[in-house]
Amino acid sequence: MNIRLPVSIYRFGVFLLVSMGLALSLLACSRNETSDAPKFKGIDITGAKYGKDFQLADTDERVRTLADFKGKAVMLYFGFVQCPDVCPTALTRAVEVKRLLGADGERLQVIFVTVDPERDTNDILKAYMAAFDPTFLALHGNADQTRSTAEHFKVCYKKVPTGSSYTMDHSALSYIFDPQGQLRLALRHEQSVQDYAHDIAQLLKKS
Amino acid sequence: MQSKLQNIALAIGILAGSTLAQAQNQVTIKEPWVRGTVAQQKATGAFMQISTDKDVRLVEAKAPAAIAGVVEIHEMAMEKDVMKMRQIKGLDIVPGRTMELKPGGYHVMLMDLKQQLKGGDVVPITLTFEDTKTKSRFNQEIKAPVTALGGGNAAMPMKPAMEHKP
Repeated sequence: MNIRLPVSIYRFGVFLLVSMGLALSLLACSRNETSDAPKFKGIDITGAKYGKDFQLADTDERVRTLADFKGKAVMLYFGFVQCPDVCPTALTRAVEVKRLLGADGERLQVIFVTVDPERDTNDILKAYMAAFDPTFLALHGNADQTRSTAEHFKVCYKKVPTGSSYTMDHSALSYIFDPQGQLRLALRHEQSVQDYAHDIAQLLKKS
Repeated sequence: MQSKLQNIALAIGILAGSTLAQAQNQVTIKEPWVRGTVAQQKATGAFMQISTDKDVRLVEAKAPAAIAGVVEIHEMAMEKDVMKMRQIKGLDIVPGRTMELKPGGYHVMLMDLKQQLKGGDVVPITLTFEDTKTKSRFNQEIKAPVTALGGGNAAMPMKPAMEHKP
């Protein structure tokens, strides 16, 4: 008992330091990226040098670019179907965001780019999108196209073996383009449906 | 007289013993659910709330081979907006604090799926716990209903709260 007390105090100290460090680094991040007025809940990345466009095939093998979605806000998310957690959570959230936007929801295009083209075939992707919302679009490229698109969007992903299979580490930000096709926001996975809907409504209002 | 007392003592002993044996399995699992899949999808997650009367460790999870070839306990963590998922050796569960396996945290990962899991299906999962002190192990089986993919991030609203007791 005598020994345990200092240990737990020490642990608590470490915990405090770590959480303070985290808080600081988060602050630093958002300060860097939020140069504009904080009218958005997400990270304002208007004018970013990256994420200008993409050129990937949809599940009918038609090549799609941002220009196809002019007049709509686009929510772009990179993920993979075999994901048990964040991807379905993000897509479920997208369904709710669309509903929350009401009539404006029709002017939101949700796009899911697979980072696991090896396993995510057209059939799987099509069925997966349909399970959430048939208007959601899944895009894919070959390994090189996937890599270069992800790099262009500062998205990282990595195959991680588990058991006899593998899973993917991947960025879980959602990128939002305005109806003019400009990359405007990055929303974090932890943000609420309301945050997403608020920001997208703002972007739709201005056009 | 002597023997009567002994009998009573024996009876009490047996009673106490059986209570102890029961206490060994005081793990309660609530609201288990499995996220539905599309055809050909090979992996998904099972989620639930686990509470306990004594320190235990969830060390293993199994599902019928006809449903999933591989079952692991996983932790999901967000590091600088990058989602990372890892197998973990076990999950400590302490009295007084419900361990929630939920999206954004821990889950039982069902892999090498042999069939599509549709809304309303039920997946039996056997969880193996280890008593932290005695190291003795015991199993507990749950029946986790499948929430259709796209049907939300939680167990489907059930009639009375689904509860699995030993």
